[in-house]
Amino acid sequence: MKLFGRREKPIGEILSGGESAIANKEVEGLSLGQIVRRRFFRHRAAVIALFVLFSVIVFVMSALDTKIGPLRIPGWWRWTVEDIPELRFEDCPGGTIGCPTLSVNPFSGFGLGTHPFGQDDIGRDYFALVMNGARRSLMIMFIIGIVAGFIGVVVGSISGFYGGIIDAILMRLVDFIQTVPIILIAAVIGKASGRVGPVFLALFLGLLGWTGLARLVRAQFLSLRELEFVDAARVAGASNARIAFKHILPNAVGQIIVTVTLIMAGAILTETALSYLGFGVVAPDVSLGLLISEFQTSFTTRPWLFWWPGFFIITIALCVNFIGDGLRDAFDPRQRRRITKKDRLKAKFEVKAGA
Amino acid sequence: MSTEKVLEISDFNVDFWVDGVWYPAVIDMNLGLAAGKVTAIVGESGSGKSTTALGLMSLLASNARINGSVKVKGEEMVNAKSAILHKFRGREVAYIFQEPMTALNPLYTIGFQIVETLRNHFDMGPKEAQKRALELITMVDLPEPEKSINKYPHQLSGGQRQRAMIAQALACDPALLIADEPTTALDVTVQAEILDLMRGLKDKLNSAILLITHDMGVVADMADEILVMKDGITVEHGTADQIFNKPRHPYTQQLLSAVPKLGSSVKRVLAYRADAKPAPVLKLTDVTIEYPKRGRVPAFTAVKNFSLEIYPGEIVGLVGESGSGKTTVGRAAIGLLPVKAGSIEIVGNEIAGANQAQLSAIRRHTGIVFQDPASSLNPRLPIGESIGEPIYLAKIAKGADLARMVEELLDQVELPRSYRNRYPHELSGGQRQRVGIARALALTPDLLIADEPTSALDVSVQSRFLDLLTELQEKLKFACLFISHDLAVVDILAHRIAVMQNGLLVEAGDRDDILQRPQNDYTRRLISAVPVPDPAEQRIRREARLAAKN
Repeated sequence: MKLFGRREKPIGEILSGGESAIANKEVEGLSLGQIVRRRFFRHRAAVIALFVLFSVIVFVMSALDTKIGPLRIPGWWRWTVEDIPELRFEDCPGGTIGCPTLSVNPFSGFGLGTHPFGQDDIGRDYFALVMNGARRSLMIMFIIGIVAGFIGVVVGSISGFYGGIIDAILMRLVDFIQTVPIILIAAVIGKASGRVGPVFLALFLGLLGWTGLARLVRAQFLSLRELEFVDAARVAGASNARIAFKHILPNAVGQIIVTVTLIMAGAILTETALSYLGFGVVAPDVSLGLLISEFQTSFTTRPWLFWWPGFFIITIALCVNFIGDGLRDAFDPRQRRRITKKDRLKAKFEVKAGA
Repeated sequence: MSTEKVLEISDFNVDFWVDGVWYPAVIDMNLGLAAGKVTAIVGESGSGKSTTALGLMSLLASNARINGSVKVKGEEMVNAKSAILHKFRGREVAYIFQEPMTALNPLYTIGFQIVETLRNHFDMGPKEAQKRALELITMVDLPEPEKSINKYPHQLSGGQRQRAMIAQALACDPALLIADEPTTALDVTVQAEILDLMRGLKDKLNSAILLITHDMGVVADMADEILVMKDGITVEHGTADQIFNKPRHPYTQQLLSAVPKLGSSVKRVLAYRADAKPAPVLKLTDVTIEYPKRGRVPAFTAVKNFSLEIYPGEIVGLVGESGSGKTTVGRAAIGLLPVKAGSIEIVGNEIAGANQAQLSAIRRHTGIVFQDPASSLNPRLPIGESIGEPIYLAKIAKGADLARMVEELLDQVELPRSYRNRYPHELSGGQRQRVGIARALALTPDLLIADEPTSALDVSVQSRFLDLLTELQEKLKFACLFISHDLAVVDILAHRIAVMQNGLLVEAGDRDDILQRPQNDYTRRLISAVPVPDPAEQRIRREARLAAKN
């Protein structure tokens, strides 16, 4: 049982290593990147999540047609969002319409049917709608991650590296942005600018979502710049830019990756909430939150209209969270690996040779 | 009763589980300890001595496995029920750790923490416990006990904190006191006081002490019996007298010979004639360095009117206790700290007030080796890149030429060339300090500043490191400012010695003048507090010290 596997010795001890020869056994001949990779792949939940998220992205992206400029890559699904096929109502429970044709009954066999996820009120294929919504949500998630990540790292590093008055000004800006209630502002902007599209929404959320990361990066810079290797670089004649980007930033990269992942997981939920309230993605565009909001009145009669968008929201958010969790454990020196009785019994006994 | 053993360890084994394999950390240890006696476990880092200390009361992490038998007052501790362990920890067996700042809870006053220990183990009212806590604090000689009892750990100095720790450890009159490197974090003069205190209390309370240390001087001062450990194995076990005077095992002999001793090294000849001094490499004139005020913390003058000259080809040792400003001088000399008043010249170039471009030009004449091998190398860069960085940035060479120069530097510090591609965490502390030297020497500097480069190293590693440094200095003839708190190390290396106290230069002069004919009281105190790895000598010095005090 190595689920949630963790390393047993803090990186700090390894760094001070040589001293703790036994703890070093595990990292002999590995670079820091390799150590982190090994630790990440030992976190089984994160590895599964990575695999699932990757599959979901491939599945969602390939299902519908993709337009890149004039280029049109056809998807493998037979319907698109624009198609309005005839509404199905035969075999539907309780006189409802557009019920799903997906069958996973082990006795009657597995079958997709024409509309595996069902149809909406006017007959549009719900699978196509959900795929389109998931695409929007994923796109929004990545845009927010990239925008917030970039601003957060830049502001945080400048703030932490220079300190003093620059730091004070930037941190007050952070304080100010953190007091802004995102939902409210998004609502105002959404109403004011009308249907500006999901890309604008994502950029906007990204512009507000970097504050936590900036604080974190600043704290990392503050502690790292006191270390002796920074002084050593300065004595060697390194410029400020070189010290910041070559010496300090790579050492903070772990924290940054982890936080950005968690920002992305939060972003997908924020988008859903905004769209549900009608302030995010607006019809005729589709997003997962919008789908749930549109059909909220039919929850009791046609519950499948909730299952699928809900399923994708939860799957994506959960996967990203698990990956973030795995990364945090991989980078965090304080995490130790749990050892079970079985591990103890299984362990070989090795006598340290001479050394 | 006195012959009864307080602690009996037999066939004690500790293994650590790493990646599916058990690695032994302590192998077949046997030890008996009677009341009122001190047994020292000596060894270098990684020898398993701290593991032993924690393993005795099952305080190790979950990846440890303990076998064998540990009896405290006849009661078995290995695999004992947690209720029994709780009863014994603190009550019968108390610990003193290396770093009292982390061992004491910063949120509570020391009085509160002692009272807590007392009331955990005894049926005692708060008033009674308070009274007893005051008694304990008085016993460990904390100044103004009534006030000290209400102080928080950060309000005390390092030595006072260690006294508070001892008071807490002694709260329940433990039968056994386990002291894990109790004085390693302290200055020598404070260390001497703490050791005196521990010896006095041991006699008063008739406790047994298990002393864990790497410092042979401390052992000579305290121990009745000594157990020498290497890689988890007990290599030698005997009385203090036998270990120090007739060590049988080659490792013990090697360990003892690696300990630097005051006044035993050969005369070092100055590289220049005293009457015809060449131009100094480093010239500090009336330097004052101030840490500016930050918020409510007032400005702090770390160094005042400090003057020192270093001539080509000589090593000057700068000695002082923590907080004396010696590191500040070293960092200012290389332009890492601004100077408030006075002038610093390196080969004729003024540093004080120089701009960035001038500074980086001046720095080509200098190199610096830092104190902490764990943080002085960038963990994300292979060491070849760290060493080559000064050369690359000075635009002297790049590509294949740079690689060749890095290899030559690695040869110089006696590291294999293949280490170029290794990362700092793969190297031991001693190897990392060698990399530090290689980097400092990359631009063949006229001046090398070494800021406590050996304080984090084991004695045997330290002695090899010092040999290497001496050799390199004789070959390359650079001038060196060697900053250290350890007089014995400076004695081996330096031509001249400067002593600092509270930011002031107390005394400076030839090595032999300073060490054998010190003029200043503080220098004398510093020299007499250095523990000597010889029990007989140590006893004489201790008595002299006590006599001077009374």
